[in-house]
Amino acid sequence: MKSNKFIKLLSAPYIVWAVGFIIIPLIMVFYYGLSNRDKQFTFEYVLSIAKPEHFKSLYLALLLALVSTIVCILLAYPLALILSGLKSKNEHLVVFIFILPMWMNFLLRTYAWMTLLENNGVINSILNFLHLPNIQIINTPAAIVFGMVYNFLPFMILPLYNSINKIDKNVLNAARDLGANYFQTLFRVIIPLSVPGIISGITMVFVPSLTTFVVSEMLGGGKILLIGNVIEQEFTQNSNWYQGSGLSIVLMLFIIISMVITNIYDKDGEGNTL
Amino acid sequence: MIKFLKRFYAVLILLFLYLPMITLVVLSFNSSKSRAKWGGFSFIWYRNLFHDSEIMKVLLTTLLVAFVSAVVACFIGTIAAIGMNKMKPFTRSALMGVTNIPMLNADIVTGISLMLLFLILKDKFGFRFGIVSILLSHITFNIPYVILSVMPRIKKMNPSNYEAALDLGATPVYAFFKVILPDIWPGVLSGFLMAFTMSLDDFIITYFTKGSGVDTLSTKIYAMVKKGVNPEMYALSTLIFVSVLILLILINTLPSGGKSKKAEK
Amino acid sequence: MSKHLIDLQNISKSFGNHLVLDEMNLYIRENEFLTLLGPSGCGKTTTLRIIGGFETPDVGRVIFDGEDITNLAPNKRQLNTVFQKYALFTHMTIAENIAFGLKIKKKSKSYIDDKIKYALKLVNLEDYGNRYPDSLSGGQQQRIAIARAIVNEPKVLLLDEPLGALDLKLRQDMQYELIRLKKELGITFIYVTHDQEEALTMSDTIVVMNQGYIQQIGTPEMIYNEPENAFVADFIGDSNIISSTMIQDKLVEILGVKFPCVDTGFGENKPVDVVIRPEDVEMINLLDDYENEMASAASSEDSWKKYGRIQGVVTHIIFKGVHYEMEVMANGFEWLVHSTQMFPVGQKVGINVDPFNIQIMNKPASEDEEAAPIEE
Repeated sequence: MKSNKFIKLLSAPYIVWAVGFIIIPLIMVFYYGLSNRDKQFTFEYVLSIAKPEHFKSLYLALLLALVSTIVCILLAYPLALILSGLKSKNEHLVVFIFILPMWMNFLLRTYAWMTLLENNGVINSILNFLHLPNIQIINTPAAIVFGMVYNFLPFMILPLYNSINKIDKNVLNAARDLGANYFQTLFRVIIPLSVPGIISGITMVFVPSLTTFVVSEMLGGGKILLIGNVIEQEFTQNSNWYQGSGLSIVLMLFIIISMVITNIYDKDGEGNTL
Repeated sequence: MIKFLKRFYAVLILLFLYLPMITLVVLSFNSSKSRAKWGGFSFIWYRNLFHDSEIMKVLLTTLLVAFVSAVVACFIGTIAAIGMNKMKPFTRSALMGVTNIPMLNADIVTGISLMLLFLILKDKFGFRFGIVSILLSHITFNIPYVILSVMPRIKKMNPSNYEAALDLGATPVYAFFKVILPDIWPGVLSGFLMAFTMSLDDFIITYFTKGSGVDTLSTKIYAMVKKGVNPEMYALSTLIFVSVLILLILINTLPSGGKSKKAEK
Repeated sequence: MSKHLIDLQNISKSFGNHLVLDEMNLYIRENEFLTLLGPSGCGKTTTLRIIGGFETPDVGRVIFDGEDITNLAPNKRQLNTVFQKYALFTHMTIAENIAFGLKIKKKSKSYIDDKIKYALKLVNLEDYGNRYPDSLSGGQQQRIAIARAIVNEPKVLLLDEPLGALDLKLRQDMQYELIRLKKELGITFIYVTHDQEEALTMSDTIVVMNQGYIQQIGTPEMIYNEPENAFVADFIGDSNIISSTMIQDKLVEILGVKFPCVDTGFGENKPVDVVIRPEDVEMINLLDDYENEMASAASSEDSWKKYGRIQGVVTHIIFKGVHYEMEVMANGFEWLVHSTQMFPVGQKVGINVDPFNIQIMNKPASEDEEAAPIEE
């Protein structure tokens, strides 16, 4: 068919672009990660993840990402339930309000948290005023988790809200009709049916948390290194592309694992729509 | 009681999300440069902002990159989505897989992979880091957003429309502009907006691909963090936020207003 | 007949400014197949949801088996619902779906297993227990939805347009299936539909509703043969509804021509609506120049037998299988006629109606009761 030929040709520019700017750059990460300055093939840099300083940063990144993902689920799920219970008239507005903060530069927002959380910052001033004990959170892993939760919470709220909202209201009515009380309906029907949303929320929070270097740099005071910070420093300070690429390959391994998990549970690709 | 608890919880989360923004807005009116002290209400940072040629230049770069990358991404992404729809399932899902890479991969990996590419181009062909490398990177991560927002529209479109146009004597190009494009226009538009905001908000990929000498707002702010951010930035971000807010309210109320009118009939 | 199982007393319900039910009173007898029939937005689904407990009426009470259940939560009510589009739990197997209510009630495993087996047999899907709802056809999902409801042994089964999503053939099969189930279970069915044929086929009692009001309650025969107003007549089956004048008892003037009828008690020279079913219009072939013939023949009392009371011309004809559907223009009104005999387009015909087939109805008293356009 001649007409289809013309239509298919329309993809050509993108295919060229994708090869040039997605696939080739990725191949280069692998090339550098699996070779050394003498252009010899080596697993040295990938395996350097086992070095204590690298391993510690990966372990800490995994731990903090895990904690912030769990905190995000626990905070976002009740909220998503509340939002999905709203009249359809308001729902767009309310969801919009919860997404809105994403449109202010996230560096500035994180910076604002620095101001608020500092040992003599706004929050402690208020606590002082109320004669309450101060919080000393800035430059600790807890502050990093705080920042991750703050930055990525909307990415959890949205897919959860979408998947809960998509459940046919009559399915919930049916559960009630068959004798289930609210909590039975929640645990036996709503939560199982929103698993795709939970899974895609997890990847949308876990991957950026795992790989961030900004949040840890700002709220961790530059002293707590996550794997993202190590990679960033290899590239920008040490100019050791081989080392940086090698660790990136390790990082990608974890991303691929979480992508595979997502694909298993999220067959329709529903939660990914922003 | 339950209703109150629900409201209370929602407000608490809202407060958590909005507190830093409120802080920034308040600080933008603080005449003192210190973040800890309130020196009285003032418009000084707003006034200074417009005379700060450096920040203005950075703002201009940011907007230019966002606009140009969104337009180019829309063009390439839209025609790509149309073409992909006619592909064999295997080819299409392979290409969709590639499309998903920049979205699902960590920004830091996308950033360094592009940086490596540009470094090689620099070595071999004398390519120079700067606004062009930023643009190329932004287009790359914007195209997937466009494709994903146009694709559902194309799938919903009746495939016979295009063939009917050809049947009635239209050339493929004419049929594309008169039949396909009007149908998928809302998808293109929302893809554009998404691409524009993603570009505006990006820090990590820009950080790795900008080279020295050129900055966007994000990288400029990051550079300032250690020495303390210039309060003019608070003023600027407040202005940007307010204008985005107004824009979004307009976009969100206009079409839904039309819908509710229809519903009344 | 048997006692009232459910009593709806003086129920009103609004959504926003929109009044959906207005002071509705209705009782449902034990073991009855009652159908709420009406166009979309007539309040039938709201009525069902109030009985099921998914809506609370603004005013009025719901009495179930002598107890006021108006504010009782749905999970505490002894009735079960079959929802529109089935509302099966897609993350559970068929067996788990059916067991849901029983597990909540903490029944023993052997009891639950027996019930699942029984229910699957009842709906003729014995081997489907381990499958997931998505792998079943619409009709099968519908049966599972019914099975899931009835294992809880409700006194009343509420069915909200359960066949709406099925195609015609399947719908007809399921109608018989439902009648059979109803007989086997011996419980009360309350059925909501906008499909008059479904209602006529299955129900013991039909409640015709429009715009929040009950228009008529009766057996299918009563509703079809003796519609109480133009809305019911129009909604149930095809009909010719003609604005007419009641001259006196047993005589009505339709389109300027006097027709004998059997109704009395409407008063003299009263405006009324006349309903004539298309299959009740009798037609006589006339010659092209029947007018001259009629004029020359002495206008005897019996001329209507030869020429009909009204004369007209066939304007459309469609073959419908069992009968022909024709439109006849006569005295400024387009008559809908069903007949096994064919009258070609352009044929001049005379029209007669048996007095028993002329249904006289009072004109609607107020605007509110005026028949609303039927939305599909």
